[in-house]
Amino acid sequence: MSGIEDPHDAFLHVETVEGADKGPLADTSVAVKDNISTADVPTTCGSAMLEDYVPPYTATAVERLLEAGATVVGKTNMDEFGMGTTTETSAFGATENPAAPGHVPGGSSGGSAAAVAAGEADVALGTDTGGSVRCPAAFCGVVGIKPTYGLVSRYGLIAYANSLETIGPIARNVKDAARTLDVVAGPDERDATTHEAGAETNYAAAADGDVEGMEIGVPTELVEGADDAVVETFWDTIAKLESQGASYHEVSLPSVEHAVQAYYVIAMSEASSNLARFDGVRYGKDVDPETGNWNEAFAEVRGEGFGEEVKRRVLLGTYALSAGYHEKYYDKAQDARAWVKQDFDESLAEADVLASPTMPVPPMELGESLDDPLQMYLADANTTPVNLANLPAISVPAGETDDGLPVGLQFVGGKFEEETIIRAGSALA
Amino acid sequence: MSEPRVEPDDVRHVAQLARVSLAGEDVEAFTEQFADILDHFETLDEVPDVDADADLVNVLRTDEVHEGLSQEEALRNAAETEDGYFVGPNVS
Repeated sequence: MSGIEDPHDAFLHVETVEGADKGPLADTSVAVKDNISTADVPTTCGSAMLEDYVPPYTATAVERLLEAGATVVGKTNMDEFGMGTTTETSAFGATENPAAPGHVPGGSSGGSAAAVAAGEADVALGTDTGGSVRCPAAFCGVVGIKPTYGLVSRYGLIAYANSLETIGPIARNVKDAARTLDVVAGPDERDATTHEAGAETNYAAAADGDVEGMEIGVPTELVEGADDAVVETFWDTIAKLESQGASYHEVSLPSVEHAVQAYYVIAMSEASSNLARFDGVRYGKDVDPETGNWNEAFAEVRGEGFGEEVKRRVLLGTYALSAGYHEKYYDKAQDARAWVKQDFDESLAEADVLASPTMPVPPMELGESLDDPLQMYLADANTTPVNLANLPAISVPAGETDDGLPVGLQFVGGKFEEETIIRAGSALA
Repeated sequence: MSEPRVEPDDVRHVAQLARVSLAGEDVEAFTEQFADILDHFETLDEVPDVDADADLVNVLRTDEVHEGLSQEEALRNAAETEDGYFVGPNVS
């Protein structure tokens, strides 16, 4: 019997899966984003395409949570296939932000952040391809960690853009996020991109709040473009860190001006390839084709099963990879990605962490941003560079605007330096 | 910056390549949106050539047989199956 009432529509399925009797996460309830496979529990990716899909196996990250004693309490709402910044592209309706009524919870892991913010789960798993853990954490006033690419196994994650995506924890404080990350991190023979660096970790111990002597770099490009209310809260928080013994200097990362474009070209291109598997034959929507031509039958299934944002990205990705445009878009985006990596490496040689507002804007009102996809993409300006560089980042609550809307602060660290961003974050939450 | 021209036929063409059927109003909306989005992507032209020095290594494993999904498990999400096979649309 579940006690979840779900007034914010954070969950797509409320279903309990008991973990081991003992372990580091015993007595911890976990909500899992609905693009992470759970055996015998529906996993829809927020898409009508997978409305009836029930995976025959469990993702490694969920397996590890259960072995550590956690109890899964349900699967959470999300932008369809992770494609969105508000959780409004879900085929099953929007989620409301518990910390800001009438506003979006952010996305794409909006259900996970809302479930944690509302106290319906102690921690949650989200996925972050271009900010999808950090954005909803910032908007809902909770903590979210995007690990270094390769720290957490993606086995069982239904792919959107493989070269960018990571699974990460969301919690009400840094320590809980860190101890969840301790459990899910580490090599997995089923995901060849995982790394030994995650084998023996004690991130929870790094959440000691000690920022004495820490050097913080502030990339001017990631502050200048933000809303005034967000910028004000950001600098107040930097001042708070200074009073705790940290110091800061401003740095310039010219490459990040191109990060959103590069991110979308790469993510859409990978999505167009990944989502080719949804043809309605092995799984997916059951459509009786009106014609006998198999290409038309597939097109019909995909036309009915995919929502507007997914179609937009699959089509633009197909365009970016097509003959004559590949060099212009995809190859240039890969150059931009390498440039962003270089810029981060250089600035992190002079700083322990980089800090910026997580999102340049406070949470949008429900329904406000659906009509203009480009405006929605631009909201990812501060989060996407980190995915392009494969680095770890944490979003922690930094306070509220005068209108009472949550503002998040993002710390970015060096490759596999999760301990440093966790330590920095723990000084605030 | 020059506005990339996107015509409804371009949208229909990529939709066909991607095997996605589109309603008429989607073609219209996408034509306008794609022009805006591709115009924004144009700024990638300003990105210099960068030498990427990825410190990556290939990961290999021994080729051992492990237990996989049973045929029943693999078929259980299919709309239609026959004699242990998936049933797809006609090839014609």
